[in-house]
Amino acid sequence: MSSTALFDEPGPRARRRIRVATVLGALAAIALAALAVRQFAANGQLEAARWQPYATWPMWRYLLDGLWSTALAAVVTAALAMAAGIMLALGRLSHRRWVRLPAAAYVEVVRTIPALLLVYVVLFALPRYGLDLPLFWKLVVPLAVSNAAAFAEIFRAGILSVERGQTEAGLAVGLTRFQTMRLVVLPQAARRVLPSIVSQSVGLLKDTSLGFVVSYAELLYSGKVLAAYNGLLIQTYLVVALIYLLVNLSLSKLARTLEARQRLAVPKRRLARA
Amino acid sequence: MSVLFDHLPELWRGLIVTLQLTAASFAGAAVLAVLVTALRVSPVRVLRAIGTAYVEAFQNLPLLVLLVLAVFGLPEIGIQAGLLTTAIVVIAVYEAAYLAEALRSGVNAVSKGQGEAARAIGLTFSQSLRHVILPQALRTVVQPIGNIFIATAMNTSLAAAVGVVDLTAAANRVNLTEAQPIPIFVGAGLAYALIAACAGFVTGRLERRLVILR
Repeated sequence: MSSTALFDEPGPRARRRIRVATVLGALAAIALAALAVRQFAANGQLEAARWQPYATWPMWRYLLDGLWSTALAAVVTAALAMAAGIMLALGRLSHRRWVRLPAAAYVEVVRTIPALLLVYVVLFALPRYGLDLPLFWKLVVPLAVSNAAAFAEIFRAGILSVERGQTEAGLAVGLTRFQTMRLVVLPQAARRVLPSIVSQSVGLLKDTSLGFVVSYAELLYSGKVLAAYNGLLIQTYLVVALIYLLVNLSLSKLARTLEARQRLAVPKRRLARA
Repeated sequence: MSVLFDHLPELWRGLIVTLQLTAASFAGAAVLAVLVTALRVSPVRVLRAIGTAYVEAFQNLPLLVLLVLAVFGLPEIGIQAGLLTTAIVVIAVYEAAYLAEALRSGVNAVSKGQGEAARAIGLTFSQSLRHVILPQALRTVVQPIGNIFIATAMNTSLAAAVGVVDLTAAANRVNLTEAQPIPIFVGAGLAYALIAACAGFVTGRLERRLVILR
């Protein structure tokens, strides 16, 4: 970690100060936790009866069903958004202006429109024009529309990061532009952007919580239904938050691992070339 | 088109709420983020762990889950504030994680000699952070901070899902009474795009003024 640039190897006085700060920091954290527990206890939210339901399988099964729906929505959205993202990225890099401009306009405009507004459009505006999608698609379509722009930027950066010599070599051996892109540039770009794609997928998974608005039974909406049924508001939402946290933490970890692997791989290639 | 003008007062009020949410939560996030960054680069392991845990937790929780938890869950343990205040605090806490991450990458970009020089002339850790490291770190991350500001403006729309009447909610309400979705939603979308464009313009100018070329 380069944060070591900010302090030297501690001497005796600095070590004492660090020990004091350690104790104080730990005490502050414990005090905060104690305060939270006290608030729970003072309002009777700590009673075993209010947590016991989450030690039983039916409650968990209901929430895990919600998680399954979240995963389904996230995977379908990601597939659609990535496909559209690649098309948009290629469009933005096209040498034909009538392809380039609309693609650029789409990306720039959609990036500045909140996903919730798009959800409202699909929920309340499209049915007026006779397009009443099933519940699942009411969540997936707006999310795919908004994430496509993000994926497009990721792919564009990836394609631009591939050395020009690769394209030139592809053209030199007689491939068409399209073939060069498909066989030479895209496979390399896809590898390089893999970490960004995984971390964008975390954002996408977080976006699926908009199912709460659509009333599509994903994890957060399942939590809402469950809380309305058993009246355990804070407990239910805490459990839901915990599930989201665990899933996303593992995805983020995956992104970091991929990135670390690439950082190892890239310099080696450079060295080989030099 | 006339729908927009007929309902201008409501939409205007919604826009003001959106701007309030954005400005207040971004300001709060900035203060929190500097604190969290200081924790993350401090020589004390416990403090570093607290800072990292903060960033990891809030980057991996959906904002809507946090909003729902704060608005419907926290009153159960006797913590209750106004709806707008709650939304501002939650968005600030959430965005602070992203800002802190951006700031930390800025701190990492400051060359090592700067920190060493600061210590050599006898500055303490917090002094060297305040006078030497952070001012330079901030300058290198103007663009990412601008992007986080835009993301904050977009994310404030989630407050509509828990009952704050911001621009998104106002547009939705007007549409429910008037049933003319196209002008209303396009108008609201344009307003958001305008906010983002302004932010982009300002960060572009700032970037040119402040950037340190190395």
